[in-house]
Order: sequence, then C-alpha cells, then structure tokens
Amino acid sequence: MSGEFKLAVNGRTHTVKAEADTPLLYVLRNDLGLVSPKYGCGAEQCGACNVLIDGDKAFSCSVSVKDAAGKQITTLEGLGTPEQPHPIQAAFIAEQAAQCGYCTSGLIIATKALLDRNPNPDMEAIRLGLQDNLCRCGAHSRVFRAVRRAARELAR
Amino acid sequence: MAEEIKLPGSLKTDARIDSWISIEAGGTVSILTGKVEYGQGVMTAVAQVGAEELDVALARIRVKMADTGVTVDEKLTAGSGSIEESGAAIRYAAAAARAILMDKAAAALAVPRDTLVVEDGTVKSPATNRQVTYWDLMGGRTFDAEVTADTKPKSPGDYRIVGHAAPRLDIPAKVFGEPAFIQDMAVTGLLHGRVVRPPSYEAKLRSADLDAARKIAGVVEVVRDGAFLGVIAESEAAAVKARAALAAACRWEEVAKYPNEDSLYDWMTSQECEDRLVEGGIPVDKPIPDIVTPSGAAHTVEAIYARPFQSHASIGPSAGMARWDGDELTVWAHSQGIYPLRAALACAFDCPKEKIRCVHAENAGVYGHNGADDAAMDAAMLARAVPGRTVRVQWMRDDEFKWEPYGSGMVMAAQASLDAAGNIIDWNFDVWSNAHAGRPRAKKETAGFIACWHRENMTPPPRPADNDGKDGGAHRGARPYYDFPKTRIAKHFVKPHPFRVSSLRALGTFGNIFAVESMMDELAIEAGLDLVEFRLRHLKDARARAVLEKVAAMADWNPARWGNGKGQGIAFNRYKNSKCYAAVVFNVEVIEATGAIRTPKAFIAADAGLSINPDGVANQLEGGLIQAASWTLKEAVRFDPVRITSVDWETYPILTFREVPEIETFVFQRETEKAMGVGEATQGPTPAAIANAVYAAIGVRLREIPFTPERVRKMISEARAARR
Repeated sequence: MSGEFKLAVNGRTHTVKAEADTPLLYVLRNDLGLVSPKYGCGAEQCGACNVLIDGDKAFSCSVSVKDAAGKQITTLEGLGTPEQPHPIQAAFIAEQAAQCGYCTSGLIIATKALLDRNPNPDMEAIRLGLQDNLCRCGAHSRVFRAVRRAARELAR
Repeated sequence: MAEEIKLPGSLKTDARIDSWISIEAGGTVSILTGKVEYGQGVMTAVAQVGAEELDVALARIRVKMADTGVTVDEKLTAGSGSIEESGAAIRYAAAAARAILMDKAAAALAVPRDTLVVEDGTVKSPATNRQVTYWDLMGGRTFDAEVTADTKPKSPGDYRIVGHAAPRLDIPAKVFGEPAFIQDMAVTGLLHGRVVRPPSYEAKLRSADLDAARKIAGVVEVVRDGAFLGVIAESEAAAVKARAALAAACRWEEVAKYPNEDSLYDWMTSQECEDRLVEGGIPVDKPIPDIVTPSGAAHTVEAIYARPFQSHASIGPSAGMARWDGDELTVWAHSQGIYPLRAALACAFDCPKEKIRCVHAENAGVYGHNGADDAAMDAAMLARAVPGRTVRVQWMRDDEFKWEPYGSGMVMAAQASLDAAGNIIDWNFDVWSNAHAGRPRAKKETAGFIACWHRENMTPPPRPADNDGKDGGAHRGARPYYDFPKTRIAKHFVKPHPFRVSSLRALGTFGNIFAVESMMDELAIEAGLDLVEFRLRHLKDARARAVLEKVAAMADWNPARWGNGKGQGIAFNRYKNSKCYAAVVFNVEVIEATGAIRTPKAFIAADAGLSINPDGVANQLEGGLIQAASWTLKEAVRFDPVRITSVDWETYPILTFREVPEIETFVFQRETEKAMGVGEATQGPTPAAIANAVYAAIGVRLREIPFTPERVRKMISEARAARR
C-alpha cells in the first residue's frame, strides 16, 4: 500500500510517497537523487547498494522504505564533498583505489562501518570487513591500501 | 609519384585536427576520442597525451568520449588497442594543433616563432615580455587543418606529463557519489523498463497474460512483440514488480539440449569441427600434419588442459536508455563500440543509420562483450511504445548471468619433445573452442541482439564464427613466444554452440597460455631443469627475458622452500605475441585435507613500452591478475540439460576480498619504445602460475579450470592412488 514515509538521510529529513515495500535503494536513487548506492544484485550478495542505517552497514536493495523510516540513513553523499572530503574518500583518491568505480560507494560505506568499530584493523580484519562487497575489476589491493591510509589519517 | 603517407593510429580514419582537439574560449581544452572508458583509465591516458603535446596542464583537459554525433568512428574499445589507435591520433593531432597555435602566437606577438615559450597554454615572448594564450588565439574556433606527414610530436625525452603517474580524471565523481554511470543520468520524465526473458534459450512462449503486469500501480505500458516481453513504469520499483508479475503469468515450453556438464570437454572434442593449421598466428586451410615424435627425442610429454565457459560477470548488470522522436532514435549505451552498435540498430529497425545517434555512457566494467548492446536494443524496443519519452532498461542480475554472451570453454592438447640436453625440439598444440566473437553486426538477414531473435518479425542469430585473423580468437596465445625449432599448431573450431558466446577479456589467451605455460613446467620438470632457466633458454627476446628475471627476483624465487603445501609458480606471455610482456609469480598454500588453495601473494613484472600513466598500467595489470585468478580458482557457468543454473553470485561465485592476493608490481618504463596496451597481459600467465605453484606445493598437476576445492581433493586422491 502506498503511504508517506519520513526518511532521515545525511542529516536531512525527507517525506516520500511510496509503496511500503519499495526497496530503500530506489527511493534514495530516484526520489531523493542520491545515486551513490548502486543496484548490483538485489540479493545482499555484492554490497554495491550499501548504506549506513543507524551506523550499521545495510543493503539498501533489501530494506523497505517502511523499515528505513525513522532511522538515520547515511549514503556516500553524506560523508564528504570534493571541497571537504571524508578521510576515507581522500584515501580512496590518494590510492587510486578503483577501476570502474561501480562498487566504490559500497566499499567506502563498508570501510566507514569497519573503522567506526575498529579504528586500527589488521589485514585480516580489513579482509573480513569488506568480505560482503564484490569488486570485479580487481582493484582489491588498492582498496586495502586505501583502508589502511584512512585508518592512519583518522587516528591523527 | 607521390610517396604514400602513412599517418599513425586512427588518423587513418580522420586526419582533421578538429576531430580530435578543440580549444575552448573559457580556457579549457577538449580532447575527443572514439574510445570509451570502463574503468581501464583510457580517458586519463588520452588526456595526458593531449596535455603533453599541447603544453597545457592536465586540469584544463576535458575528454569527450564516443558519441556518433561528435567523435571519430574508432570502432571497438577492445583488444588493448586504445593507446595505439586513439592515443597515437591524439598525440599527432595535438602536436599539429600546437604548431598552428605557435604560428598564430608568433604573428600576434610579432616575434619569431622559435623565440617563444609555452607554459600551460600561455605563449610568452621573453624578449618582448608579451604573451598571448591559446584561448585568446583560438578559443571556440576551428583549426580547419589536417595532420600531415610533417607533424612532429615531442621526443619522449622531453615528456613531463606522459610517462608519469596521473590521478584518474573519472575517480573523484565516483568517490563522492556524483552521477557517473548510465543508471545515474537524470532525465526529465524518465520511464523505467524491464525485460522478461524466456527461462532458457530455446523456450517457446505458449501464453502470456499481460494484464497481470498492467494491474501493477505505476505501469505505463506492457510490451509484447512475439516472445519479446517487457514492461515500462513510472517508478523503478513498479517496473521490477511488473516484471515479476509478467514472468509469473507466462507459460513456456522448454527443451533439454545442453551437453552433460560433467563431460563437457569430451563433448567439445567429439563434435564436428572446422580444423585449421595455424601458421604465423593465422589459421590456414592446409592439412594438419600428424604428430610424429622426432627421433632425437629424449623425453616426450603430453597433456590435456581445459577451461569452462565463463561469464563477464560485471558488478552492474547491463543497462540501456533510448528515446524515439518521430523516426529519430537516440540511444545511450555502455557498449564497447558505439558506431558498430548504431549500424546494427539501423538494421534491426530497418532505418538509415543517420537517423540514430548512439552516445556512450559508463556502466560497471564490461571486460569484453557483455549485455551492453542488448540492453541498448531492449531500451529502443520498449521506447517505441512511448514516443518522445526516454526509457531506461536495467537488466536484473539473472538477466545478465543467463543471457550475456560467455567466454567460450576450451580444450588444449599439448605434446612436446626434449633432446638429451633439455632443449625443446618439437612442439604440438591443438585447441578446441567455440567462437570468441559475436558482437552485433550490420546485417539484415541475421541479428546479434537477443530482442531480434524473440520478436514477432524475428531475425535469427548469425552462424557462429570465430575471429580467424592473426592471433585472433580461439588461437590467440596458442603460438608460443618461445623460440622452438619446430611447431605444429592446430585450431579446431567446434561447430555446435550450446551457449551464446562472444569476446571475454583476452579471448583464447586465457586457455592457451594456461596450457602453454603449464606444459613448459611439465617439460622442465621432466628434464629436471630449473623452471626459470628452462624458459630463458628458449627465449631470445631481451625484453621477454627481462620480465621473467625481474619477477623471479621480486618473488625471491627459491625452489628449496617449496613443499609441505607451499609453493611458487611462474608463467610468462607476450600478449598477442606483439603487445605487453608480462611475467607473474604466485605464492600459494594448499590445504590438502580440504583442497583449498590460498593465494597470499602475487608478483607482476611487465613491459608495455612507453607507459603513459604508469599507475594506470599497474592498476590494469593487477586487476587482470585478480580477475584471472578468480576465473582460475572459482568460475564456471553452470547448467543442467535445460537451463543455465548460474543466476547470481552464489551460483557463480567470484574471488572475494578475503581471498585475493596482495600484489607487488614492477613496470619497465621504456620511453623510446611504442606504447602497448596492457589490459589483457596478465590474464594468460595467471592460471598457469597458480597451477605451477600448486604442483610445487603438493606435487599434483591441475589441468582443468576452475581449481575448486572439490576438484583439488579429487586430483590429490587420484595422484595418491597412482603412486601406490
């Protein structure tokens, strides 16, 4: 059933009209114009759609707008801007940690979730923190470097 | 008689400076290329080339990529050819543009041209202390001149931008969540489309209840044209729901037609084939001689290797966008070939190609011919139902896995002999494969689009054909780069095609170099020789030797440390026998009880001639290695007699962040050598290096990809049984 939902995204509250079971992904991308989360599989298998919900990494392709309402949602757009990049974003650029970049948004969100819990992860913790995200181009070793660089920068 | 003037790269298609370079009034410089970006970094590389020759800062460059309304027809972005084709054209066009700008500056400043200096597009006369900028001289106007044989680009010794690492121009947008992909393009009044495909290739539509989808709120149109089915909706969620509803309301009749998955390779080698001898990398219609073991042979080794059908498996499923305005069609596509796509669409819609504009828009990496062209065609099909409105079709995950064209399965049989001194004196190599080509072409009687096969006025797919050019398709990489006194190479083109196939990164190289470089190890081991030394003694080319020696040194190559489940493996290729040299080493650990192969570390040494963007080159080499390691360790398209059963990332798993190796890369910078494409250079050596490392670790030879734990356990128990 169609309804109105209040979504708190990147610190702003939006009211959207949608069917209650609409995946949050489509509302973010098409209703709010926040295109950083990507459709990849629709089945929680690739992480391209990752956002933070109340600080936890979530698959926005599988969370309904009804369930997301009233919670704090953060997308890549909410982390930083070209003028004021978040240290994780700056680290991904410094390490050139992408090829096609389709998985990049999900990886930066997953990195944020990881470093929020474990500010100084070892290699194994980094691998575990990113294990729900797929990258097909093979930029993995650069992503590892970016995560380590971001952790160093955040610790300063 | 005038001497024939040969211009480099794509200038052969169009030598006009204005086709490649434009100086804007606002102080920016546009570079136009017919090549497309899909994460390989070509946008940044051509920007570096233009900035270098023009003497402007990289930040001033804007790159306009493939658009049939704007850029030169550079055909496909494939085969590691962009730098040699588009890069060379832009280099000379920019040099010619600079010469004209300098003449104009000299006139404007009333000083001799050779007294002028240029700094970031500002031309200065130190003698008069006067200056003028490129944008003053030319901003917004055209050069109206062509590149000529007299055009002299800079000598590589003077390079300040080319040959130095440059940050990719396209990365910031992707890191800040700005619109970067075809799915992100904001279009007024955009409608969302989805397609409903048959459950299997040959399924016949018996009935379809379109009302099931029409009932969904937000649905604008439900399209049926024969067995081509699709939905158009105001919202993406409604389109997804309508797709599911329509799929559930269709009845299909399916047939069992696929070979048995467990005996695929026996099936391939027992089918009717076109058999050709491969001479100098070219298949020729000559009788294939029998294999005769030479009389001087001290050792003869033979082995059969195989790789399965594999998917491009792009992280973003294919998408296309289209709008019809009267009889004019605009299509946005992430195709590797915007002009070939336009020509094929013109045939599919029986309209003049001038009525169609195709614009490239990025999607996730494609790695060859995936569903990009089909999704564009799907969008054009659906958009016909809503004239004047733009429709974006997004394939769902299972659309991509089930319908994209795969990289062909291959069987490679090698037989070679050594003399008593351990030198290879005879080399025989046979490869069986389906086609590695299948892109849509401008044909009326056949079509390369899925939609054309299913619509009422159907056009069948063309008879599959491989690229039979030099080092073309299935035989790419089959010709060893080593100096063997006698070789016999045969290509067996398997005529029945159970699956849709086309170009997957590196084409036949992945299977062939896996076999060639595994065989090199098997021979060296038979002769009791060191695996690196054995390769070097058959390799005259100093640049090839250099990458092998370098990677061995980087990896601290040391057979004394192998065994007990740990080993190192090495492999080498020169891609297409004419492009980038690459040698790789894998360090592996094998857990015999589970059959699991771990790849903690890999090393790459490569020589791509002049590396325009060394960091971009490393990125491509490393990405290629990880993707090929994924193909090697995990990937096979699965099927039962009726259907493809690889439909998602659980049924088609790829290497994860937990499993990838850490990589050390070294790229020789050879400034005075020609720049060579690198995107496919590590695909070939990677599977062989892993197989060779597994042998070093546990003494078991893996000859069938993927090296899943089940297969490794089976090979271990077979090896144990044989030893008993």
